[in-house]
Amino acid sequence: MTLKIRYFAWVREQTGRAEEDLVVPEEVASVGDLIAWLTTRGPEFEAAFARPEVVRAALDHVHVAPDAALAGAREVAFFPPVTGG
Amino acid sequence: MIRVQEEDFDIGAEVAAIRRGRTDIGAIVTFTGTVRDVAGGEPISAMTLEHYPGMTEVELARVEGNALARWPLQASLIIHRYGRLEPGDNIVLVVTASPHRQAAFEAAAFLMDYLKTSAPFWKKEETATGEARWVDARESDDTALKRWQRTKRAAE
Repeated sequence: MTLKIRYFAWVREQTGRAEEDLVVPEEVASVGDLIAWLTTRGPEFEAAFARPEVVRAALDHVHVAPDAALAGAREVAFFPPVTGG
Repeated sequence: MIRVQEEDFDIGAEVAAIRRGRTDIGAIVTFTGTVRDVAGGEPISAMTLEHYPGMTEVELARVEGNALARWPLQASLIIHRYGRLEPGDNIVLVVTASPHRQAAFEAAAFLMDYLKTSAPFWKKEETATGEARWVDARESDDTALKRWQRTKRAAE
């Protein structure tokens, strides 16, 4: 499965990239699985996801919880709790 | 209507555009959020607003749709800026119009409470010494949201 992954705010700064296209193994089924898999890619990802409770996720522009299924998704985004307004 | 833009907005011009050619509106509420010069007791010199192009518009439209479903609004407008802003600059404008004031007041507060907790914007503040830090989400924003969830349940 190929996914576009986007990172925002301090998650972007810690991973050192704004977006990337990744081929994700089939067994990575949920957003939580994807976070666990990403952290194996290097210390910058371990740092970005060190406190998973403060990282939010969206699938194709919709907020989701960590147990959301990735099947059919094209774009996954990771970011801190929002602070606009 | 939703606008996400880098440039400033003119509150008077936006209200005039909503009123133009119609006399059925009885109440117009505007809320403007602006950049303060102090954060956490420390002076700040600027802030940069990052957002998620594509998702921002989807979220703001969803929040606006919820307000339109809940109150008899004749018009609504959300303008949110991004990019580098300085103390005193405008950040966000919400305008609501309805035949009577209560709907316009409530819908404006609802739009702000929801957009603060769901629209994908992130603020980074710069201090006078050039230090930059990401603003943390506030628990009080989640508390503000809960009152709408309570009133919705009570109404059901």
